[in-house]
Amino acid sequence: MLTRDSRDPAARPRLLLSLLAIALLWPGIHFSELDLGVLLAGDSQSEIGHFVSAFWPPAHGEEFIQLLVQATLQTLAIATAGMALALLLAVPASLLASRALSLSAASRAGRPSPWGQLLRWPVRGVLIFLRSVPEIVWALLFVRAVGLGPTAGVLAIAITYSGMLGKVYAEIFESVDQRPAHALLQAGSGRLAAFAYGILPNVAAELLSYTVYRWECAIRASVVMGFVGAGGLGQQMDLSLRMFASGEVASLLLTFLMLVLLADQLSRLLRWRLA
Amino acid sequence: MNRLINLALLLGIGAAIIASFSYLGIDLGELAGSGNLKQMVAYAQRFLSPDLSAAHLQAIGRGALETIAMSALGTLLAAVFGLLLALPAAGRFGWPLKSAARLLLNALRAVPELVWAALMVLAAGLGPNAGTLALALHTTGVLGRLFAEALENTPPEPAEAIRLQGGNALWAFCYGTLPNLLPQLLAYILYRWENNIRMASVLGFVGAGGLGQMLYVSLSLFQEAQASTVILAMLLLVLAVDSLSSWSRQRWVKA
Repeated sequence: MLTRDSRDPAARPRLLLSLLAIALLWPGIHFSELDLGVLLAGDSQSEIGHFVSAFWPPAHGEEFIQLLVQATLQTLAIATAGMALALLLAVPASLLASRALSLSAASRAGRPSPWGQLLRWPVRGVLIFLRSVPEIVWALLFVRAVGLGPTAGVLAIAITYSGMLGKVYAEIFESVDQRPAHALLQAGSGRLAAFAYGILPNVAAELLSYTVYRWECAIRASVVMGFVGAGGLGQQMDLSLRMFASGEVASLLLTFLMLVLLADQLSRLLRWRLA
Repeated sequence: MNRLINLALLLGIGAAIIASFSYLGIDLGELAGSGNLKQMVAYAQRFLSPDLSAAHLQAIGRGALETIAMSALGTLLAAVFGLLLALPAAGRFGWPLKSAARLLLNALRAVPELVWAALMVLAAGLGPNAGTLALALHTTGVLGRLFAEALENTPPEPAEAIRLQGGNALWAFCYGTLPNLLPQLLAYILYRWENNIRMASVLGFVGAGGLGQMLYVSLSLFQEAQASTVILAMLLLVLAVDSLSSWSRQRWVKA
């Protein structure tokens, strides 16, 4: 006869794994000075409570609305100008870094010669460096170099995004069928012609949708970069936070949300239309 | 006709680019002018000799540990709260709670980490605690939504079988739903942790601890040598996390 067994066969390994994880994370509590109590403690609760309760109504004075519109336009302009500069850098860099236009690869079954690989490495290295430093760090550095304001934001976006776009473009070029370009190269065409007629027709749609997606990311990034003084909505938000003007913070947050939603819709429209 | 619309769109994009440059008043020629360029090069040169003294390296090591601890604990808290919010958000407790939980998750997710960090610095004071809380809040929104979607997509039959055998709701969830769900949840948590390590290293710019705060302070004091070491440490951290995650993905996640 079968008896009921309430034992869980996987209980012991699970328990051991959990204990191990706790043991590893325990010093982390010390390092991160974690203290959930601050959120519930009397004084800070009343402080944050005051701050949040003044969120409604959002600030809507005429002067502030004007400021808001200016900051929003500035954010949009930073993202667009930054992307334009990034494209200027990314397109040549991606052509240099991509294996798709290698002359030696065309006659060696798609494998470039060691020399070609070696010459491509410096470009790839520069692209990796450009995109590995977070954009807000670039923004902080440029604020020190060219002063507070949108110029630092534009340069930071241009630098980080040229690294990302250059890498992704180069990979997109390599991901499509290489035979048309190889045929053109072997028939004696120049590399640019081989790119324009052998690769570009296949990759145009993907390039476009990725670029539009990155523009959307650039808008979000330019808001965040404002916190280190690079202009736009973020800088205004930083100022309002420091003055404890919670009504202003609320309307800035609402504007930010609306901007992100709008950019999302616009990029969907562009992708559907052009791709 | 189609061509015309596309052409108009392209012209519009071109006009938008020109308009943004003129709105911001950026003069690229002036920016690349000889005086300005010389200044920039001089500024960049001060970063070329990173400070590698033992004391500074030790401080950086502590900052890096702080950054990793912030991201790990923030992600862990977010996973716990995300799961708690995902249950109502997946419609387990009726529709009023479902829409309330979804609204809360969306609000948490819509505010960027850095803005949460600035708010938490006001609430909890300067230091890594504020950063941990900020990461936990934003990530709760992201993970809660992902968990809710995963919950909705798991097959309900195993849990129903346990219920029909007389197990209570909690056991049905633990032994009927969770085993199917766990690999997906773990993948989401690890992915967010990777993102959060990168984020935690810059949250310090608003005073929320970690490597970012060191960088901000040393740049404010014009100590470019120390700052460049911190940037190098950030780069190393990002590259290490990137290669670790791509290695572990190849090793354990089979497509």
